[in-house]
Amino acid sequence: MRRWVIATLMLAALVGAGCGSPGGDADENAKKQDEKASSTVEKPDVAAAGDVTLTVWDQEVRGGQAAQIKQLNEQFQQKYPNVTIKRVARSFEDLNKTLKLAVSGPKAPDVVEANQGRPIMGTLVKGGLLEPLDPYAEAYGWADRWSPLLLDLNKFSSDGSEFGSGNLYGVSQMGEIVGVFYNKKKVPEPPKTLDEFEQSLKDAKADGDIPIQFGNLDAWPGIHEYETVLAQTADKQAVRDFVFAREGASFDTPEFQAAAEKLQQWVDAGYFTPDFSGTGYDPAWQRFAKGKGRYLIAGTWLTADLADQMGDNVGFMLMPGTDEGADPVALGGESLPWAITSQSKNKDVAAAYIDFLTDANAATVLAETNNLPAMPVDEGSIAEGLPREVYAEWKRLNDADGIIPYLDYTTPTFYDDISAAIQELMGGKSDPAQFTAGVEEAFRKFADAR
Amino acid sequence: MIAETPGGARPPGEPRHVGYLYLLPALVVFTAFVLVPIARAGYYSLYEWDGVTPATWVGLDNYAEVVSDEDLRRAFLHALVMLFFYAALPVAIGLLLAGLIARARVRGLALFRTVLFLPYVIAMVVVAVMWRMIYDPESGALNELLRAVGLGSLAQSWLGDFNLALPAVGFVGTWVWFGLAMVLLTAGVQKIPQSLFDAARVDGAGMVREFLAVTLPALRGEIAVALTLTTIAALRNFDLIYITTKGGPGKATSVPAFQVYDRAFQTGQVGSAAAVGLTLTAIIFVISLGINRFSETAGAR
Repeated sequence: MRRWVIATLMLAALVGAGCGSPGGDADENAKKQDEKASSTVEKPDVAAAGDVTLTVWDQEVRGGQAAQIKQLNEQFQQKYPNVTIKRVARSFEDLNKTLKLAVSGPKAPDVVEANQGRPIMGTLVKGGLLEPLDPYAEAYGWADRWSPLLLDLNKFSSDGSEFGSGNLYGVSQMGEIVGVFYNKKKVPEPPKTLDEFEQSLKDAKADGDIPIQFGNLDAWPGIHEYETVLAQTADKQAVRDFVFAREGASFDTPEFQAAAEKLQQWVDAGYFTPDFSGTGYDPAWQRFAKGKGRYLIAGTWLTADLADQMGDNVGFMLMPGTDEGADPVALGGESLPWAITSQSKNKDVAAAYIDFLTDANAATVLAETNNLPAMPVDEGSIAEGLPREVYAEWKRLNDADGIIPYLDYTTPTFYDDISAAIQELMGGKSDPAQFTAGVEEAFRKFADAR
Repeated sequence: MIAETPGGARPPGEPRHVGYLYLLPALVVFTAFVLVPIARAGYYSLYEWDGVTPATWVGLDNYAEVVSDEDLRRAFLHALVMLFFYAALPVAIGLLLAGLIARARVRGLALFRTVLFLPYVIAMVVVAVMWRMIYDPESGALNELLRAVGLGSLAQSWLGDFNLALPAVGFVGTWVWFGLAMVLLTAGVQKIPQSLFDAARVDGAGMVREFLAVTLPALRGEIAVALTLTTIAALRNFDLIYITTKGGPGKATSVPAFQVYDRAFQTGQVGSAAAVGLTLTAIIFVISLGINRFSETAGAR
């Protein structure tokens, strides 16, 4: 018996040692951030800053992304020999998993790529761990580099409760759109309206081809298919309001339901890869690249791979709307925003670094390394063929301010909620009404608790 | 040799108190890496916490949620199904093979044993990636095989079907673990004295009778070890789910260990993750304790 008493006492002591509730003071954080956001700064003079080491955490590890950051880091250090960039590169998933711990720890990095949305950026802002960039945006004139939505996506109110408005906490280098890749051999003349697109799907099916290559085993690709249709059935503002969880926003509307209906009709008509729910994302697009299938609804991150494998046989377009020539609306976004941590001791140099990563020179470097710059760039610096087609569509979309953001930004658990719900919808486990009602319920849990 | 008792204060055989000192290094390590984290998890589990911002005290709500939250309840239910595929089935297959081997001399037994044991040796991540390819509906080995032998109508979207996905993932567990069960049990069979089998045969016992009367009782200890190992593997199953289905389609293959990861690292529900993890630990502890108790009391009879 005595042993148990000792063990219990030991446990109690251990628990006691860890006491005091985890985290910090929220109100204090928010106030400080708002003060900072409304202050003004001069353009920092990096050369006069003395010897500075900037620790940077990024996820620019693949292909063209790795090439651009390497090149820009070198250029920056050449321009300012007093600055040393200590780069910590991680994969996207690793970065997202470790960032919260790193930024809240005692040796926080200076500059980090903090993913958009409530789960990461929202939480960090709430914890007072990111620096509002508004004064720097003013000093450097960042407002001219991005279309309004691209800036909104990196904004939060200082207490982290409002997404899509408030202070600016980061800026992004690259754009991305989820659009329609098509096999030019099979689709010589791309459809101009949604009806024409559906007719083309029907024809492909009649030919015995796969109309849309699709694999949803990984759960997230379904979000892209749904939102690509949603962009045509719902008003873009309604989708934005929902993602930003603004007053009165709802998922359970006829427009959101119409997209679900259309998607289920396409499944029933056999317009997607047979057994798509058991097929991985990679096998699906690789089959499209090998010439199987007419269309692929996917993100522009596949541009380089598809251009490599298909050469001139692949084209890219935004999903056509119901009316020919209407302003385009499509699912899209931007790469992870570069942000400054509030613990950084070199905020001015960090801001200059971020400015350097997103200025006109950077845009050209991005284009030359086969990335899609989010900032305006001379079309001539972009490789001919598919990349240039993609850039043209990106520009057309941004000129019309037509981007709708990813639904999984909506709440911290929304990725799980929406991806599972779409799997159930497309697997015939739920009907469109149940789908929108179920997703709305998951959203309400979050919205009502705020 | 007769034990000397210097000082004469202690009766012979009584350990000296200084002995406890020798436990200290191990205790320090154990405390730092097991007890402290568990206590920490227990502490977090009483809060609603996203990992960064101030936490809210919620008492035992996170534990109540394990029972009341439908997703979590289903996850624990799936863990039970996993117990069947990871523990019951492999041990049953292992017993069957052990029974066969006890009955007949098999040529090249070592070779068979090695081959059947191989799945267990491969890292789970590799196994999972491989089976994801095998299960691919269009070009996976399983469906190709079915089509090749004219059973194309049985070809399925194995991991994409709401009813098939869980058994399909579970079967991978069976494939991995039956080798271990078999090796443990056949080794146990070989230690049974031949005279027992001879006696059973003289008494006219058939194959089944001999298995029930001789082989099975003698293997009780090995069965307990195999069941304990496989049960733990079944309940903490994470890597396989993470790589093959990520809990999908819908939530058809979500298991508690995956929920722990998802809540702690993806959706910012650290308190809930800790509660689920501790509940899972408690369940594993109770089940293993039960298995060991059972094998001991049954063995004492």
